Amino acid sequence: MRPALKNKKLTQGTIMKPTKAVPMNPISAMDFIPQEQLHSLQLARLREMVDLAYANVPLFKARLDERSIKPDDIQKLEDIRLLPFTVKADLRDTYPFGLFASPMKDIVRLHASSGTTGKPIVVAYTRQDLDVWSTAVARALAAVGVHEGDIAQISYGYGLFTGGLGAHSGFEKIGATVIPASGGNTERQVMLMKDFGVTCVACTPSYFLHMIETAEKMGVDMRELPVRLGIFGAEPWTEAMRSQIEKKSGIKAYDIYGLSEIVGPGVGCSCLEQEGLHIFEDFFYPEIIDPATGEVLPDGTEGELVLTTLAKHAMPMIRYRTRDITSIMTSKCACGRTIRRISKIGRRSDDMFIIRGVNVFPTQIETAIMSVESVLPVYQIILTRDHGLDNIEVDIEVNETIFHDRVSAIEDIRHTISHAIERILGIRVFVKMCAPNSIPRSEGKAKRVIDRRNLNA
Amino acid sequence: MKLKQISLFVENKPGTVNSALKLLADNGINISTLSLSDSKFFGVLRLLIRDWEKARDLLEAHDFAVKITDVVAIEVDHAAGSLSKVLEVLDRHQVNIEYLYAFAAGLHGKAAIIFRFADPDDAISKIRSELKLVEPLDLFREIPN
Repeated sequence: MRPALKNKKLTQGTIMKPTKAVPMNPISAMDFIPQEQLHSLQLARLREMVDLAYANVPLFKARLDERSIKPDDIQKLEDIRLLPFTVKADLRDTYPFGLFASPMKDIVRLHASSGTTGKPIVVAYTRQDLDVWSTAVARALAAVGVHEGDIAQISYGYGLFTGGLGAHSGFEKIGATVIPASGGNTERQVMLMKDFGVTCVACTPSYFLHMIETAEKMGVDMRELPVRLGIFGAEPWTEAMRSQIEKKSGIKAYDIYGLSEIVGPGVGCSCLEQEGLHIFEDFFYPEIIDPATGEVLPDGTEGELVLTTLAKHAMPMIRYRTRDITSIMTSKCACGRTIRRISKIGRRSDDMFIIRGVNVFPTQIETAIMSVESVLPVYQIILTRDHGLDNIEVDIEVNETIFHDRVSAIEDIRHTISHAIERILGIRVFVKMCAPNSIPRSEGKAKRVIDRRNLNA
Repeated sequence: MKLKQISLFVENKPGTVNSALKLLADNGINISTLSLSDSKFFGVLRLLIRDWEKARDLLEAHDFAVKITDVVAIEVDHAAGSLSKVLEVLDRHQVNIEYLYAFAAGLHGKAAIIFRFADPDDAISKIRSELKLVEPLDLFREIPN
């Protein structure tokens, strides 16, 4: 073990580890570019993307021609509003290679999404695109103080999913020692973390909670280990979950944002301030739109995030609708970065379900549970249909704080949680208490909602 | 004076109580007495076990939700009206009972009632001069391990 870590270990108690100010990494320089320069760079790159897509992607050319728009009509940054949106269905409809803008000889990597229904979506990278991607991830890591000498455990899945390899290349670029652990085999994950003196972890937040739980069972207290920060993403999570992770493991939990259609993880990331996520705007241009009308909304207003790749050549994405609900923050970040921030993404319009005419996001239920319980229990939302009427059941695992020797005490908690959810959603839910470990754990994105309505209809 | 009671969360479906009992049996842990209370969807199984620490560690290692609570054992005669007399004393001192169950095993020919009070120390100080409280060692004396 390195001496620095040993010293560090001595000073670690069970309290939160302090975040030390770190010298700026040169790779972060573009994060601080003056706004005017950023805008002219964005415009130049946008025009390049539009030219490339118009010349090489038939779908894009057809849509511009339909609207009698020429690439040359893009004269200023705001002209991006003239361009049509791209949606996920476009990637499915042109499966597998229909949106590629570079010849296959220049494409060095393909990834594909899991695609819960039907065909997956395929994304492509040129060598230069891979460099842009790893640079974006490295800038995200630099923003939270990852540096040479860090030992990074990548517990995102490797393979077609962009999470594993994306995080991997960013950590390598910044000079960390990378452990490509991939997902699964949680006891071994904990063993690696302990034995290798891991300082940084990258995975989904729900999987990290599972790792904490597993460590506890193995008698390993993560707060005693050198691990000091986690880069979590690939699913919406709440501030409450962040504070729970930080409390239970003693690490700092940072948010990384990305999606395969744009590049993978590294589109944006929280900085040491932990207030919103900076978007690497020189690579990815953000807009917020009203999801119903497509109208662009001013900064500070909540809506659907739309992203345009400014430096991706294998498969440029022009005005891609992410389905993620957020807003662009208007205040300047205390870290001094000039690139804008979006607020933490707690909702995806994809995750929304409609029950008795009410739009519900799983994170709303999580927020309600956390208003009652200081520790987020493992939970799952089950939708059923009984004689044509939709019902929500929220299964909650009992834990130390919920369980009591008096039945009435547990019933009280059950009713309080159920009322808290009802207050937020306006509909009655049935809360069921379950035995510990009865809800399946996920090694990647947590499956919060089980919809049994079609089976029971 | 106080006894450590183990409470377990049990889901309301066949086999869950036995999964706990079998685990204890397989590890040679004898249960001295137990009670089960239930709501519509789950139950709480409460156990008195001589080596409660071993039982707790074992149950926790097998993913049971376990809670340790202090309870008080009060000796009663095997005679009509003896429990009623105990309750009268508790009433007089305004000691509220959360729940109770019987410990039928022989205590030199007597029985014990296990009481869960909100504040066991307060209850003990109020009733100890009038009622015979059973020490844990005495309670388990005639029970095989």
